Amino acid sequence: MNHYLDFEKPIAELETKIGELREYSTDSVDFTGDIKKLEKKAQKLKTEIYTKLTRWQRTQLARHANRPHTLDYIEHIFTEFFEVHGDRNYRDDPALICGFAKLDGKPCCVIGHQKGRNTKEKVHRNFGMANPEGYRKALRVMQMADQFGLPIFTFVDTPGAFPGIGAEERGQAEAIARNLREMAMLKVPVIVTVTGEGGSGGALAIAVGNRVMMMQYSVYAVISPEGCAAILWNDGAKGPQAAEALKLTAQDVEKLGTVIDDVIPEPLGGAHQDHKLAAASLKEYLLKHLSELEDLSADELIEQRYQRFRAMAEIEEQQ
Amino acid sequence: MVWFRKKTALTASAETKKVKIPEGVWSKCKNCQEIIYAKEIERNLNVCPKCDYHFRIGARERIELILDAGTFVEMDANMRSVDFLDFKDSKKYKERIKAALKKAGDGDAVICGTGNLEELPVVVAVFDFAFMGGSMGSVVGEKITRAIEKGLESHAPVLIFSSSGGARMQESIHSLMQMAKTSAALAKLKAAGIPFISVLTDPTTGGVTASFAMLGDLNIAEPRALIGFAGPRVIEQTIRQTLPDGFQRSEFLLEHGMVDMIVPRSEMKQRLSQVLRIFTKS
Repeated sequence: MNHYLDFEKPIAELETKIGELREYSTDSVDFTGDIKKLEKKAQKLKTEIYTKLTRWQRTQLARHANRPHTLDYIEHIFTEFFEVHGDRNYRDDPALICGFAKLDGKPCCVIGHQKGRNTKEKVHRNFGMANPEGYRKALRVMQMADQFGLPIFTFVDTPGAFPGIGAEERGQAEAIARNLREMAMLKVPVIVTVTGEGGSGGALAIAVGNRVMMMQYSVYAVISPEGCAAILWNDGAKGPQAAEALKLTAQDVEKLGTVIDDVIPEPLGGAHQDHKLAAASLKEYLLKHLSELEDLSADELIEQRYQRFRAMAEIEEQQ
Repeated sequence: MVWFRKKTALTASAETKKVKIPEGVWSKCKNCQEIIYAKEIERNLNVCPKCDYHFRIGARERIELILDAGTFVEMDANMRSVDFLDFKDSKKYKERIKAALKKAGDGDAVICGTGNLEELPVVVAVFDFAFMGGSMGSVVGEKITRAIEKGLESHAPVLIFSSSGGARMQESIHSLMQMAKTSAALAKLKAAGIPFISVLTDPTTGGVTASFAMLGDLNIAEPRALIGFAGPRVIEQTIRQTLPDGFQRSEFLLEHGMVDMIVPRSEMKQRLSQVLRIFTKS
């Protein structure tokens, strides 16, 4: 089922009209001319709307229900994927997918948050919010990749780590912290892509990479706009203002210079318009970065990753 | 009428008398609600003499409690936060930094340096919750990372005393990145076999807990400190339930295996010294 955001509605209307005209077209009645005209108009409208999106609208796009999730990207980018389960301590966390696959014939490891599309799936995946066991599973699998010398691709798409009683009891903070420390020491290339929502520590816990990229309509911030609004504005409904203040879009983050390496172009109107095309675009970047990292030694990879994060600071030092 | 006049006169004099008592002579304990002579609390290391509640203390006070007198040498005292995002909520970040600086008179939410702990050279980083809720932005992340690197370079144990609401939202993605930066530095320290002790004090939450504060070779908590990933309010809003008493307090974390021990303020220095001497075989 197609799901439309408010600002997408004018486009949706045009597209329905085009669909109807197509349906009514028969051998005797020809609407080709009208259809072409409308298609041109729709294209123009899309370009107009999508080049002028506010940060809040971009956040909504990043969360779009039809947006490709990790399993969609896996299907379109990798072959021979098999999933592995469990943290060997407590349980399997369906909010984080871990497994192994091949990228253009090369064996590799794949890690990513998974959101659902319908209500049942969403609940099963806990809206992409992992528990400590999810992060511990991810670490177990990343260290396995390290053991076998396989490059790691991670896909970030989460509102944040799950804030719940059980999560606190089982050490949500410790699980995230440990991942940050251990990922710094991985001897294999780690290539991170923020595909949708990059929310806080729950995102970072699988995002300490040699390369970090963001999809064109993804967002990445220290806190969700709603969370930020609840704290700083005392009003969770001020999300749109908070989104502006947080400067969370891929374009904003790229401007900071040190945080991401590339912004990956999406199809016009966003990745949800064409999963295959979005995946093809992403794959190109994954291959490019892998080829740049493949020849580095373990020590060089660790040092490059360390220096990458070491450089991140905006400070002033007075004499 | 006579009665009436007398009464008002009495009340007025009682009121003026009240006003004359200097402020801050008496303090009310947040935990047991007892009214206590403020000097007595201070003498007791800012711990309530009635119920053992540990009041929050400033970074300088804590350094005095932990390090040998006169041995502290501060690092990066002149590092300042920058409003590189032009962040504005109800107030501009620029203004918040200015106000915090004026109030604290110090650089930022953490003070770092070297010193001796019962004659053992150590590197310390101590949070000041009074400076923007001890929040971690670029300056805090950079100072902590340099402190860890100092430990690496001089082979000295590193001690971090946390007290923080978490990442500083006004620096958005950069404050998040400080979590990765500080944790990566700790990875190097660990590989070099140098001890890192994390001391968690009230409150330690969010991005600080989810990075270096939980990564101590030992995690030591002060009694009854609030320690967690998500704040209690966020959890309550998510699960729509009131939280059980004592949830996310030091004792709860000890029970769930997240901290190694709870040490009262009065015994902290001695315990740290004991631990470090074993870890460094000195």
